[in-house]
Amino acid sequence: MEKLKRDGSFYINPYLGGVLLGLVLFATYYVTGRGLGASGAVKSTVVTAVHAVAPAHAHHSGYYSKFLSEDESPMSNWLVFEVIGVLAGGFLSGTLYGRLKLKVEHSPKISGRKRLAVALLGGMLFGIGSQFARGCTSGAALSGMAVLSASGIITMMAIFGSAYLFSWIFRKLWI
Amino acid sequence: MVGPLIPMGVIPESWNNVIALLLGMGFGFTLEASGFSSSRKIMGTFFGYDFVVLRVFFTAAVTAMIGIIYFDYMGWMDASLLYINPYYVMSAVIGGIIMGLGFALGGFCPGTSFCGVAIGKIDAMLFSGGLFIGVFLFSEMYPLFEKLYNSHNEGSAMIYDMLGMRQTVFAFLLIVAAVGMFYGADWVEKKVKKVEY
Repeated sequence: MEKLKRDGSFYINPYLGGVLLGLVLFATYYVTGRGLGASGAVKSTVVTAVHAVAPAHAHHSGYYSKFLSEDESPMSNWLVFEVIGVLAGGFLSGTLYGRLKLKVEHSPKISGRKRLAVALLGGMLFGIGSQFARGCTSGAALSGMAVLSASGIITMMAIFGSAYLFSWIFRKLWI
Repeated sequence: MVGPLIPMGVIPESWNNVIALLLGMGFGFTLEASGFSSSRKIMGTFFGYDFVVLRVFFTAAVTAMIGIIYFDYMGWMDASLLYINPYYVMSAVIGGIIMGLGFALGGFCPGTSFCGVAIGKIDAMLFSGGLFIGVFLFSEMYPLFEKLYNSHNEGSAMIYDMLGMRQTVFAFLLIVAAVGMFYGADWVEKKVKKVEY
């Protein structure tokens, strides 16, 4: 067997990665009846935080109140635990392949400061968009595609289609 | 054991969070090991220098889809119990476009940014922080969006029904399309100038 490279340059074969990810997604459906997700955990956290700081406001809001139930805290949401797992799994992989390093990754054509500013802006937009679409690339697009739902396929096409267009417009950030 | 296990009552609900943690670890590990903790690797899909996202994403979708159809056919899982995200046409399309813009600027999606955070990418930390701000802004401005958010509800519409196809026919065409895209990706990668990252 080839010696495992630990300099951070090794990635598993993308088709192997795809099959493994597909099996994780399938197992999630088989066990829980739901797909994987990511933005839902952010939503639960925001709902919990707002509820803790301003409970009356959260109960009056048309949006937060959807996710508040009497008996259970929204933090006990399935996706919060799943995302803690994502962090742990990513950390394990990063450790195994030697990629643990505190750094700002950016194109040499832009400054680190600019990269951080657009990353923050991109995250804000992704947060807003994921609420409209009732899920992000994981929860709406990937999980939706696995069950062939209309929402999954349409959201996937909207994300990737528009990302191609916007990437070209903002190509100076990347290439 | 006929799935889905938790809705069927095979596994008690109290195991839910432990299972969430384990499945999440599998999710995070495969994403990171495939290279999704790097925004510049992810963005390769949009510029043609590295199609890893396309390969992993479509292989995963097709793998899970085949598993679900097969288990349902064999009677090992009742696929009608699976959660289907409701299809609100306008909201799904507009949300997708906003996410596409966020993708092009940020270079991550939520799941991949968490992988970046896990290995110490500061840009991923900012992106993840942005997610919280974005969700908060949406929630606070919800009255403005409420009408759009709830318009054109098609419920749990399936893509094959909308196209008037049988499920298996659509699934087969999706596999063919995915394989076609994989060949296309190989061809484009050879044409495009390599980007060092």
